[in-house]
Formats: sequence, C-alpha cells, structure tokens
Amino acid sequence: MHSAQPHPDTSVPLNLLEAVNQALRHAMEADENVVILGEDIATNGGVFRATEGLKETFGFRRVMDTPLAENLIAGLAVGMASQGLKPVAEIQFMGFIYAALEQLISHAARLRNRTRGRLSCPLVIRAPFGGGIHAPEHHSESTEALFAHIPGLRVVIPSSPARAYGLLRAAIACPDPVLFLEPKRLYRLQRLPVELDDDPLPLDRSFTLRAGEDVSLISWGAMIHEALAAAEQLAAEGIKAEVIDVASLNPLDRDTLIATASKTGRVVIVHEAPLNGGFSAEIAATLASDALMHLLAPIERVTGYDCPMPYFAMEQHYMPSVERIVAAAKETLKY
Amino acid sequence: MFTSTPYDMHHRLPDLPENTDWPRLVDGYRHMTLIRTFDKKAVNLQRTGKLGTYASCLGAEAIATAGGMALQDDDVFVPYYRDHATQYLRGVPLHLILQYWGGDERGNAFPADTPAARDLPNCVPIASQLTQAAGIATKAKLDHAKAAVLATCGDGATSRGDFHEALNVAGVWQLPLVVMVNNNQWAISVPRSLQTASDTIAQKAVAAGIEGFQVDGNDLPALLEAVDYALDKARHGKGATLIEAVSYRLSDHTTADDAGRYRKASDLHAAWQREPVARLRQALADAGHWDAEQETQWLAECQQRVDTAVETYLNQPPQAPTDMLDYLYAELPEALKPQRQRLLQQQPGDHHA
Repeated sequence: MHSAQPHPDTSVPLNLLEAVNQALRHAMEADENVVILGEDIATNGGVFRATEGLKETFGFRRVMDTPLAENLIAGLAVGMASQGLKPVAEIQFMGFIYAALEQLISHAARLRNRTRGRLSCPLVIRAPFGGGIHAPEHHSESTEALFAHIPGLRVVIPSSPARAYGLLRAAIACPDPVLFLEPKRLYRLQRLPVELDDDPLPLDRSFTLRAGEDVSLISWGAMIHEALAAAEQLAAEGIKAEVIDVASLNPLDRDTLIATASKTGRVVIVHEAPLNGGFSAEIAATLASDALMHLLAPIERVTGYDCPMPYFAMEQHYMPSVERIVAAAKETLKY
Repeated sequence: MFTSTPYDMHHRLPDLPENTDWPRLVDGYRHMTLIRTFDKKAVNLQRTGKLGTYASCLGAEAIATAGGMALQDDDVFVPYYRDHATQYLRGVPLHLILQYWGGDERGNAFPADTPAARDLPNCVPIASQLTQAAGIATKAKLDHAKAAVLATCGDGATSRGDFHEALNVAGVWQLPLVVMVNNNQWAISVPRSLQTASDTIAQKAVAAGIEGFQVDGNDLPALLEAVDYALDKARHGKGATLIEAVSYRLSDHTTADDAGRYRKASDLHAAWQREPVARLRQALADAGHWDAEQETQWLAECQQRVDTAVETYLNQPPQAPTDMLDYLYAELPEALKPQRQRLLQQQPGDHHA
C-alpha cells in the first residue's frame, strides 16, 4: 500500500485513541468500501471517542449506529464483508464480545476456506480490552487466548500509538478477518510520535522493543509498559533485558520468539489474562520444543490469577506488576 | 396486496385463474420434479455410503423452487440447508450440491459466471445466516442497487436471537431483505408447538415493524406471488418482509435421523395428501397444461440429468490435503508453512495408525 503522496501531517504526537481514530479516518479516505459500525459510534463518536468526527465527515451511510446486539454487529459485518465491503465493527468492550463468537468462529474465520476462495471475509472487529481503568464489572477482561485458538482469525494487539495506527491500517487492508484488541489502559496514557503514512505494519510479526542479552521479557498490549519498566529496573542492576512485543497472537511469529530465547536463554512471559490456558502456554510450549537446547532456566510466566478479573477495588492485586516481572526475571538468573 | 390479511394463509391452488402464467408454472413444476428426483437419489447415495449426512428437501420443493424462480441475477440468496432447488436455479450444478454433502468444500465453490457466485453457502449453525443476510442487504442499500436479499430458515430458527436481531435491524434500517421461513413443523424432533406460543411465525414481523404473512408452502403459485411481491418491494426500497411458508417435512431431519421416533404415521400420511408436487401436477393437468405423456418424458429426463450429475460427482479427483490450509488465509502465513510441509509429507492413512 504505497502512496505517492503521503498524508502531509506525518509524524504527529498522538495518544493510542487518537491513533485509532486517525487510522479509521485515513482508511475510510483511502477506500470507500471501508464502513464502520457499532454501538454509539456515530453521533456519540464511541464511548471512548475512538470514532469521533467520522460521522461528520463520512455520513451515516458509512458510519452506522447499530441496534444493541453484538451478535448482530458481527453478523452484519460478515455479510457485508462477504460482498466486498470492508467493515470495521466496534464491540464496545471485550466483555460483551461473546455473543459474537459464533459469527467469528463459525463464519468469519471459515468463509474463505469453506468456499475454497469464492468468498472471503475482510472484516475487522475492534474491541477495547484489559484492566486498570477502574471500569465497571465485565469491562476489564483479557480473553485474547480464546480467539488466538481460532484458525483463520487474526488476533492483533497494539501496544503504542504508532503500532495502533500502523497495525489498524494493516488490519483494515488485510483480506482476512482480524480481531483488533485495543489496550484501553493505554488509550490516553501518553502522546507519542506517530507516522501517518500509508505503509501499514506487518500483521504477523513480533516487535523487538529493547535489545538485551540476559533475559527476554515477552508480552503484548498494555503489559508491554510493565515489561519495559521492569527492563529499566533490571538495567539499573546491570541486567540487560530484551523486550518483545508479540503484537500478533495469530498467526504467531515463532521465529522472533525462538531467536530471543536462543539468544538470552532466559524467558519471562507476561500477560494480564489468567495463567491456565493463557497464551503464554503456547509461547512456552513453542520455546520448549524449538529452543530447548538454548534455555538456561525454566520459563517464567507472570500472569493474572486463575479467577475472573476482579471488580476494580482489587484489580491492582490481580494485574501483573513491575515488581513481579523483575522478580521473575531474577528467578531465571539463578540458574 | 398481502397486508390486508396478514395472517390468513395465502392459497392459490387448486383454483387457478385463467390469466395464470402457465408456462412459468410448468417450468416450476419441472424444477420441482427434478429436485425431487435428485433428492431421492441423494438419500440413496447416502444409504450406500457414497454421500455424507444429507438434509432431504422432500416437502420443501415448492418453497425452494419459488425462491429460485423469483430471485433475479443481482439479488443475493442466503440459504439454510434445505434449499437445493434454489441453489440449482441460481446456477449451482447438481454435482456440486452432491460434492458439498459428500464432505468436500469444493461444493461451495459455485461457478463464477452464475447468479450464485455471490450467494452464501449452506449455513449449518441455525439462524446465524440471517444477521449476515441483513449485512448483505445493508450493502445493497448503501449501493443504491435495485437488488434484494432472500434468506431462508426453518421454524426452529425463529427461536434464536439471530432471527429477531435480523428482522429488527431490517425494520430500523428499511433493508431490502426477505426472510422466508420454511415452517415444516419440525426442528429435528421438536414440533412447532414447542418452539413458540405465538399463533403464527409471521406475526413476529409485527414486533420488528416489518410486514409479515403466511403462505401455503405446498402451493407453488401462491409462493411465487408472495416471493415476487416481497422481493420486488425490497428492490424498490420499500422495506423488509417476513414470509412464513407453511409446509410439512416429509423426510427425516437428515439421513442421520429417524422421524419414526417422534412423528405419528397418521400425521405423515395426512401431510402427503397436501404435498406440493402432486398438487401442482393435478392443477396443471386439470387446466390442460400437463399430461401423462409429458410426465413420463420429463421424469425420464430428470433421471438422466441426475444420473449424469452423480457420475460427475463420483468422478471428481480428490482434493489436495493441503487445501485445508491453502484457503484459510488470502496468503499462507509463515507460521503455517511448517504445518503445510508436514501435511505434504504425511502419507494417506497415517491418521489410521
């Protein structure tokens, strides 16, 4: 997707929410088949304001407030995508996405395969996910592992404004269905420079955010910030941590993960979601299989506990902290 | 036209008026008999191990034929899974329909040069096709296309949220959508009376703010009139319609079912007295538009066409095992390449070891 004339306002400071908004706007400008739909997204601009201003520019025709039914939103998107539109549907919170599972699993992820390429399903489902903003019940879950298990459904998670912009542009351009999970704790965390060009980021690559030789910290989404902070603390003690942002849970960039594990020999995987069946298990199994001879210590997993995401009074007890990550990294260094 | 008596069942047979479009009805009769011949053969193929579990359309011939005849090329058809006649009329060759039920996804690769090219494939998860149909209708509306979407489902599907969600949005957005329910009285073993306490399924349209009515699902002329009307209305931006086509499932649910466990023989016998093919044949014969000689000739022709389709189906080369990965994404991701390599090296029959 190279454009002869990039947007003139390249590299502007944006927070993650603004980056999402700009990605939607630019994707809609670039391709008139891009439409967006969801609850409260048109006149209200989305409950987080991710779609603010889009109705004013593109009209109700391309910015659709739907009835309040997540299964309907997903079904509409599948139908639209099957006929060549590129719908970007917002599910208001990940905690409400489960009504849409049948459409995603049984239809979106399978349509190309089961018609042997006759039809395809180039949709994007956006959903804010994760905890840490003192939200109501059912508003703070991280159930990405459920979706990463579905063949044919790409699962993409940005961890910065720049990756939110680049990955969302890539997700919308992608001919496959993409679940785009937005770490809402980062929405307004900080403004960072974002290159607003038409060069989307690769959709199935992990990003190395910090190089180091002693231990690998592997994470995604909001937890990348805890991982980076842990790397800083470790650096103060002379421990060089490498930080990998997985970014795409499906398909998984196993090569980057194997390379970092082979390089450092020590691995800490961090996610907000519970331990049991968490996506760290897939990564750990990959490394146990393909990097075993390079591992110097057992793989550590720093995760949420095996309980439902607690209501916000206790969420800080649940979420992996910098201290837990640092301790886990030091644990691997005992070997 | 239909709104005056929304919940009275619309019949046309047996007393067809003089100005009936007889050639169209004769055409319809031919399609119905062809699909019945096909259906019988498909069940036999399953019984002899040459087809997978198959959903018979016995008793649904008029409904699916009316849909297929009323649809225009630019319309989109969204089926459930008893719509073989509609699919055939949209341009899906009979051997592809067999290939699908034979466990081969290539049966969903409808020919690109037919109206079926953009139609959705069969939908097994009940009612989930209906919200998709609303999405397709939304596209037609955005495009200002003079096109409509016809979606079908069974009576069991009307218990699911998808059914109500689709009708609801079709009402709010004035979508060019026609949902035709084949109320064949059974969802596998559960009768219509255990699905809903409402007098009719058609009346569920009221809650969605759209038009709904019942039509005799064993009456091709009545069905054609109903579906023509609803699709035409949709194409002209006048909104969605729910059609409840009242029929009776003369077959088992699928070849994996035994309706003898739950269906009274006397009910089945009574239903056969109203079945759609014989009723239309009688009406055509009474009006002098069909005779025994035509019947014999046409049935022989049907048999020949079905036999040819079966031969084509049975002679399809096997798929490459790698097809299960190669069509999943637009391009095979790096992550899947080692698995594809393993699949290539796997000998047929490895999985039996």
